[in-house]
Formats: sequence, C-alpha cells, structure tokens
Amino acid sequence: MDVIEILMSASFWAAAIRIASPLIFATLGELVCERAGVLNLGIEGIMVAGAFAGWIAVWAGLPLWGGVGVAMVAGMGFGALHGVLSVLFGLSQHVVGVGITLLATSLTFYTYRVALPEVSTPPKIEAFQVYEIPILSKIPVIGPALFAQTPLTYLAFGLAGALAWGLYRTPLGLAIRAVGESPASVAAQGLSVAALRMGAVIFGSGLMAVGGAFLTMSAFDSFFFDMVNGRGWICIALVVFGAWRPGKALLGAILFAAFDAFQIRLQQTGIGAHVPYQIFLMMPYILSILALVLMSRRASVPAALMVPFNKGER
Amino acid sequence: MVLRLSKITKRFGKVVANDAVSLDLARGEVVALLGENGAGKTTLMNILFGQYAADEGFVEVFGHRLPPGSPRAALEAGVGMVHQHFTLAENLTVWENITLGTMPLFGRSLAARGAKARIRDLAADFKLAVDPDALVSDLTVGERQRVEILKALYRDARILILDEPTAVLTPQEADGLFATLRKAVEQGLSVVFISHKLHEVMAIADRVVVLRHGRLAATRKTAETTREELASLMVIGATQSPEFATRPAGPALMTLTGVGTGTDMGGVPLRDVTMTLHGGQITGLAGVSGNGQAALSDLVAGLLAPTAGQMQLAEVQVANWSPRQALAHGIARIPEDRHKTGTIADFDLTENAMLEQYNTEFAHRGWINWRKARVHAERLIDTYDIRCPGPDTRIRLLSGGNMQKLILGRALETDPTIILANQPVRGLDIGAVNYVHTRLGEARDRGAAVLLISEDLDEIMKLSDVIHVISEGRLSPGFARGSIDAAGLGAWMAGDGFAEATHAS
Repeated sequence: MDVIEILMSASFWAAAIRIASPLIFATLGELVCERAGVLNLGIEGIMVAGAFAGWIAVWAGLPLWGGVGVAMVAGMGFGALHGVLSVLFGLSQHVVGVGITLLATSLTFYTYRVALPEVSTPPKIEAFQVYEIPILSKIPVIGPALFAQTPLTYLAFGLAGALAWGLYRTPLGLAIRAVGESPASVAAQGLSVAALRMGAVIFGSGLMAVGGAFLTMSAFDSFFFDMVNGRGWICIALVVFGAWRPGKALLGAILFAAFDAFQIRLQQTGIGAHVPYQIFLMMPYILSILALVLMSRRASVPAALMVPFNKGER
Repeated sequence: MVLRLSKITKRFGKVVANDAVSLDLARGEVVALLGENGAGKTTLMNILFGQYAADEGFVEVFGHRLPPGSPRAALEAGVGMVHQHFTLAENLTVWENITLGTMPLFGRSLAARGAKARIRDLAADFKLAVDPDALVSDLTVGERQRVEILKALYRDARILILDEPTAVLTPQEADGLFATLRKAVEQGLSVVFISHKLHEVMAIADRVVVLRHGRLAATRKTAETTREELASLMVIGATQSPEFATRPAGPALMTLTGVGTGTDMGGVPLRDVTMTLHGGQITGLAGVSGNGQAALSDLVAGLLAPTAGQMQLAEVQVANWSPRQALAHGIARIPEDRHKTGTIADFDLTENAMLEQYNTEFAHRGWINWRKARVHAERLIDTYDIRCPGPDTRIRLLSGGNMQKLILGRALETDPTIILANQPVRGLDIGAVNYVHTRLGEARDRGAAVLLISEDLDEIMKLSDVIHVISEGRLSPGFARGSIDAAGLGAWMAGDGFAEATHAS
C-alpha cells in the first residue's frame, strides 16, 4: 500500500522535519509573546521581513550566521514597535498586530525593489548545507530524518527544549508566565509589567524572523514574495494546539509538517491521479482545524492575554 | 517608630483623595485605619506601598525615606501588602505566586524545593495552612488570602498592610486571620489594618486612626474609645441606624412548597424547601455561605428552575421561568456580587441604570431613548445619593457603596412586589449600610416582600420579621422576630434541629 510506504520512508520524515523547522521557530516566538499576555498578530509580516533580511544580508556578503543575526534584529525591531504600541500605549493588540504585518510585508517589498531594481529573478545565495551528525544519522529512518538536517533545524529543536526549561525552571520564566496570567500580581511583587512584556514581545518577534529566515537560507536559497504564505497564521493556531507549552507546540509543528509532506507525496501515488490536487493541499489545514478543536477544549489560555495593563489606574 | 507617613497629599484630577495625612506605627503595634468608603484609606496605603506616587509628603520606613511610586522599594524596605482584590495569578501554583519576584530575574534556578520548605515552615508558624503545590484557582477565598499573607511573610515583611481583609471571609475564617495577626505581632511585626467594621477594629487594634473625606479625623487608643464614638467620628452627622418594628404579615406573594433543585448548577442544591414570602415583611435567610443560598436566590431570580415541588407567585403557578419573566412579575434583585453580576464595569451609570428595562421602559420602536435613560440615571443619582461625577461615569470608578446604591435604586424604582436582597450590605461602610437598610425597610412598609440573604446574624436579626436558617440545602421553619436568639440560630446553622423536624413531620 502506498500510504504505508510513504510513512516508512526516511525521505518523508526528513521532509517533515524540514518543513516543521520554520514553524517551530515562529511558534515558539508567538508562544513567548502570548505567555507574557501579548497576542502578536505581526507574526506573518515579521516572518516575511526575517526571510528577506537574512537573505539579503548574506547576498550582500555577510556570513550565514550573520544573516540569521540580521533577521533576528529586524524581527526584534518590529517587535519593539509592537511593544511600544500594544504594551506601553495599551492599544488593541489585534489592530497593532495586523498593522505590523501589513507594515512589515510592504516595507519588505519596498526594500526589495529598492535594493534590486533591475532584477527579474531574485539572486541565489549559498544556503545552509545539511550537516550529518556522525553515527546518529546512520540510524534507519530516524537518523536521516532527525540527524541529517541543516544547523538551523538543530537550533529549532534545541530552542524548544531551552524555552521549556526557561519558562518553567527559571525566575525570568516564572515572571513571564505570571505577567500573562495576572499583571497586577507581578506589579505587586515589585516587578515591571511593561519591561517583562516588552522583552517577551521583542525576543519572540526575533524568533519569528529567524523562522522566516529559515525559508530563504535553509529550505531554499532565494527570496520570493509569497514565500511565507500564511505560515505565520498557522503558528498562531499551533500555539493554541500546543496549549501554550513549548514541547507540545513542537509536536504540533511536526504533526502539521508531516501532513504537509504526506499530501505532497500522496499526490504522486495512484490516488493522486483520481483526486483533484487541491484536496491534498487542503489536508493539513483541515486536519489542523480538527486537531485544534479536539486539543483546545482542555487548553488554558493565559488569563491576561490581550489585556493591557496601566500602572496606577483605579 | 517603624513607619512614618508625613503629610501625604494625593489628588486624582479634581478629587483630593488624601489631604496632608500623617500616620506613624510602632514595632509590634496594630493600627486600624477606619473610614467610610472613599475616605482615602486604600489610596493612602497604595501610596505607602508605592503603587501611587504622593503629590506631597513622604513615607519613611525604619528611618529611611522611600522613593515614591516604587512597590519594589517598599517591598525591599519590609512592607508587605494584602490587597482587597487579591493579586494572585490563578493558573500558577501557590509557591510560584509566593516566590515570584523574590529572586534575581536572570538567576538560573527557581530553587523550588527550598522555597516550598520555607513556605511550609512559615505556614506552620503562622497557622496559615495551605499546600504550596496547589493551583491558586483551586483555593477558596480564605486560602487565597493566606497565600497573600504568606507572600509578605516570605519576603520577611516587618510591616503588614491588610486592606479590608475580612470583607471576603466567613466569621470563622476571620477568627483564623486574627489569630495569625496576633502571632505576627508577637514576632515583632507591625500591622496596618484597613476596615470599616467596628467590632473587628475594637477586637484587633491597639490604636485607631479615623479618616474622613481624605483628612485625618481623629486618632484614638482602642482601650480609651467606644464603638459609638468611632462611628460618629467616621461619619459626620452620623446617620441613624434605622429601627425595625414588627409588622403584621400581608398577603402571601410567593410560596415555595417542597422545592428541590438539581446539582448541575454546582453548589449545594435545595432539598424540600417550603417557605412563604409575605408582603410587608422582611424574611431573613441566615446561614453560612455555600449552604444553598445561591440556589434559592437563583430560583427566585428566575435563573434556576425547580426540579421538585411547587413554586407559586401570588396566584400564578411558576415552573420554568426566566429572569425577564421574574422582572415582569415585579421581582427586583440585588445580586450577591455587585461587580460580577450587578453591574457592567465599563458601562456608565446611565447604561447600568437601565440594564433591566432597556427594552421596555427606555425603548421606543426598537430604539433606545437615551434622553429618558439619562434623566432616569440622574434621578437615581439624586434620590439615592450616589456620589459620582455624573451619569457618564464608568461604574468601575465608583466605590462599592455608591455602586450598591445604584443597584438598589435600579431595583426599587420599579416599585417591585418582591425584593431579593442577597448580601445587600457586604463590604459597605456604616453610612451606606444604614442607608440600604432604611430603603429596604421603606420598601417593606410599602407592602413589598423582602427576602434578605445574609451571613451577618446581627443584620438578619435586626431587619427580619421572620427568620429561616438554611443548612446543607435544607430550610428551617420560620421564626418570628424575637422568638429566637443568635445561639439558637447558630445551632440550626450547624445543622442541629433538622433531624428532629424531619422526625416530627
């Protein structure tokens, strides 16, 4: 049977992990923002900006990791803007977020045209190469899937663990979780609500941008306009799916990516000949909606998500 | 002298909340800060704790001036505050709430084990039983307050500020709190206790500081004063506490016969409840909170349908009805929680005043008649002495007493036949309490049937013509005014007597 064959193949799982990587970065970024009480709908635009910033920096001569840094800084810039408007001014997080997405997307396209006015096809860069981890990558199926990836994928997985540890095992993590639950109690314990939320939004936005940069610097080697293509919105759903926990969010991203990789392969089998390909394209989204419905019943939303905090107000 | 507030002045816009108030506190002393709602007690303490910055004056703790507007500085100087509205993150555990902010933010570990051990020690020392690993959302109100106190003790607070700590507690829990405070004072802590309950102030404080309209009205040693004197100091031209004489019962306006409710609503269901509400009478419902009061209140308000027995409204049989039908039948409601169910915090007074009649009295062909609604709100403000800047004020900015007056006015202006008054004076100061009681008495004298639900036995015994006790969803027979004393009610509240009553029937 074709389906079994697909699920058993190493290349399928390798593709799933590759597709999951940018989602992991951005989902973790969104998760940090939301844990601090800020819904960051700027994610889609910040990913576009990150994809472009990292790529153009490398094209201009920076080393690959330098490009990742540039993408992160670009994302943090938009995060800072989001924070000023939504945290310091206490404006509606929906409006600010959508505004940031529109701004980041259009600024990116504008910068692209200014930087490369004469180009019809965007130039390619020397992207991150697969690094096979010795011994581990020789394990059947799991080896090529998990241990024959680009360095950015390893970073994504490491980050999920680091964030889980940070959120639940460190004073800073506790403060971030608390500020998303009850800013008043954070203020009463002598901590700055504004500083914690600003920090979380800026850091989280940086991660989103790295997720975007993965697309241009690791998955592909060039920049296209519709590259991000709604991945940011998927990540918002993945945060809910993951019940605001890094580990579950990581699994959610892999699950979604696996559906995506699966439908591509399914199109090439015998079934694909009889069913319109749009049905296959729809699959990951339908399945993620279903999973979301099942999972989010038990999820506990941060109580102060989207609630601005104004110091000294009665 | 561990604490000195010197000539603190604080203005909110045109309102002077504190006018050159000075206060000091000695080691091991309990000072009660007494005053009406809006007298500036909480504002003063928020300045001490650094949540507001004073416009004039300064705070000195152990001889050092605190920088204004910094809770962190106050915490580090040894000031701990238990807010009236708790500042706890519900989805975090007890120990997480307590240790939050006590470690360097960029420290590497939470040292959870040591923290929990220390919390257990403190809890044992101060009789504040609570499980460090419990989620705050699973705790009762009393337990949450213990967590708040532990938060302060965990930081080695030397000065403890408690803002109306007993407003949310049962009498038993309040006694526990006082035991804890005595323990704390023995260990050298100093306590500022905000309250407007005179008997508590007399029981716990060494000294009483009375605030009135933001000014320091008087300071008295507890040993050298009386409740009466304090009451008159708090309220200029102290309002008289109304007298209630027994009146003959009017017609039966609502009759419950053998009524039971389901368990699906959560809370204690009613079991075989029989009672009659007569016009011209106040029927008091005594009992410890959580014994079925909520079910009975919901039943009368139309939020809950009986699963057994009969419910009759004058001549009309009622089975399954809605709050709207209840309103239409002349039932007015003063809900238990004025913040959650009584008002909509971000609506203004005009909107809150018309909530129950927006589609009848204040609607014209599907459009709201705002002019009429505003006039209505203005009339309520005048008639019920609601102190506020105007009908356009968001109701969240009002004090509890003024909020309650609006709810009272909204309920009484419809000239109801049955008034459901659930904890109508909880958390109010004497002036407002007397006001609400007087109005309820007037409604009774007009012929309305009042169902008064309260945990305060004094209130029940003073107002009620007939008293029922509720315990575990069962209702005692009605006792006429003067035919039962507090001890007798207490026995019924503890569940005695129900067994015999069942046998007898």
